[in-house]
Amino acid sequence: MLDVRNVGFSIDGAHLLHAASIRFEAGSVTGLIGPNGAGKSTLLRVMAGLLPASQGQVMCDGAPLPQLTLAQRARCMAYMPQDVPPFPPMPVREVASLGRLPYGESPAQALQHPAVAQALAEVGLQGLAARPASQLSGGERARLMLARALAVQAPILLADEPVAALDPAHALAVMQVFCKLAAQGTCVVVVLHDLLLATRFCKTLVLMQQGRIRHTIPPASLTDEMVRQTYGVTTRRVENAVVPWDLCPPQPE
Amino acid sequence: MKPLRPVVLNTLLVVVVAVMAVASLWWGESSINVPAALADWWSGAHSIGAVIMGQLRLPRMLLALMVGGTLGLSGAVLQGYLRNPLADPGLLGVSGGAALGAVCVFYTGLFQIAAPFLPLGGLMGALLTAVLLVALVGRGGALVLLLAGAAVSSFTAALTALVLNLVPSPYATFEIMHWLMGSLTDRTLNDVLLALPGVVAGCALLMGCGRALDALTMGEDVAQSLGFRLGGLGGVQMRVVVGTALAVGSCVAVSGAIGFVGLVVPHLLRPLAGHRPSRLMVPAFLGGAVLLLAADLAVRLMAGRTELQLGVVTALVGAPVFFHRVILFRKRNML
Repeated sequence: MLDVRNVGFSIDGAHLLHAASIRFEAGSVTGLIGPNGAGKSTLLRVMAGLLPASQGQVMCDGAPLPQLTLAQRARCMAYMPQDVPPFPPMPVREVASLGRLPYGESPAQALQHPAVAQALAEVGLQGLAARPASQLSGGERARLMLARALAVQAPILLADEPVAALDPAHALAVMQVFCKLAAQGTCVVVVLHDLLLATRFCKTLVLMQQGRIRHTIPPASLTDEMVRQTYGVTTRRVENAVVPWDLCPPQPE
Repeated sequence: MKPLRPVVLNTLLVVVVAVMAVASLWWGESSINVPAALADWWSGAHSIGAVIMGQLRLPRMLLALMVGGTLGLSGAVLQGYLRNPLADPGLLGVSGGAALGAVCVFYTGLFQIAAPFLPLGGLMGALLTAVLLVALVGRGGALVLLLAGAAVSSFTAALTALVLNLVPSPYATFEIMHWLMGSLTDRTLNDVLLALPGVVAGCALLMGCGRALDALTMGEDVAQSLGFRLGGLGGVQMRVVVGTALAVGSCVAVSGAIGFVGLVVPHLLRPLAGHRPSRLMVPAFLGGAVLLLAADLAVRLMAGRTELQLGVVTALVGAPVFFHRVILFRKRNML
């Protein structure tokens, strides 16, 4: 569905992404994991067409990304950024309805579209639909950003750290939403720092470090050694899920 | 306050604009029969009413409508694009460029050869400034645009001050200062026709940005992911810059710099129109027209020995309104 072929990205001589190749299939949740600065968000933004690849190309359903019109691309891929902007005092429902912009609907049509109410319900914001978005808490704002992305109803969903600001219950609920979407055929690619959630909910994990894809594996294959080498932490296992436990002792010189 | 439905708000504003426009045609030192004067002017009859209507009141009313509408619309668009409630058309430096162009016409004495040189100089100044701005911004984003606008604005203000400094005659200095304060007095239909193409083209460009401005409320990445091109020749930024330059430059060229309309009108109307940028654009155009028609009427009503300049009145009315908005923002902890 989404094919990343030998994609690299450089800016001002700094190589942020080196020759990444990976294929994301429909109906699966793929977790991009790795330490800060590993290139996860860069890869996601190149896939979304927000950054131009310095080398290689991204294929969307067999077509190179630059060949798609902006509207085609917008309807094909929904993107949720890492940073949540300060919202204007627009009602929550109206913010979520912005996800319908690629379809050319009028604001009134977009507000009434079932996808908007459904997206708000999925993230648990249906009760706040009329509240000004500027009055939401940080976690609620993150969920609203996700609702806006869900309202696009795109076959590909790219989400950059969607659960970073959420409490455990909402983080679990959002991961369950991703699994439900995948079960309906959506290709979900999500950047995660929570290894517990990543190993529990993702079908495939892409472990990145220093701008390179180190491993593309099922969660069960993520070893303690991989985590130690990538993150510099020890781990414990809970029901096969990986739990970061302590910082590694300093290595002798 | 709950926002009104767009159709209700726009209808209300159209009615107010129509009432103000009629009042603008009606009010004046000489009492004339407005419908008869309009009919005479239209048929080319040489009555006193036709002369007053065609040479004084009609151009003044049309310019108040065009200039006020343009300033209100461009203020709403710039505040939406830059996501900055302090943005106004003067921010890009185009008004400063138009003022500099006009001041140069005064300085060189071209104004005395033919009156149309003044608005033409202003228009030329606005267009040259827009070209400089576009070249400066290049592929940069909204922040670069803000910085480039500030730089261009400062530069044109410095050059205007230099010209003022070099003007040999105190009378010319007075004329320039008078023009810089903004006015619609003694403008003709030629001024209207000179500004009209730029206003129409510029406002059309700005009106086409509504959906992109809605998307930009969620940030630039989301706007791009929703299918809007922000940079480049056909991008939203270029349309905002060129649209503002054409429309505001054309207006400032004929009316002089009129401040605060672009800043205040969007703030006044947001509680009624809602905070969705696209929903504010038509009301901001109509609201700007209402404000300038009202300010122009006030200028004429208050006319004593010295007629107040229109730009002075809009600033005097706009600044307290803005103070009020600042206090309101502070109370709501929104800034």
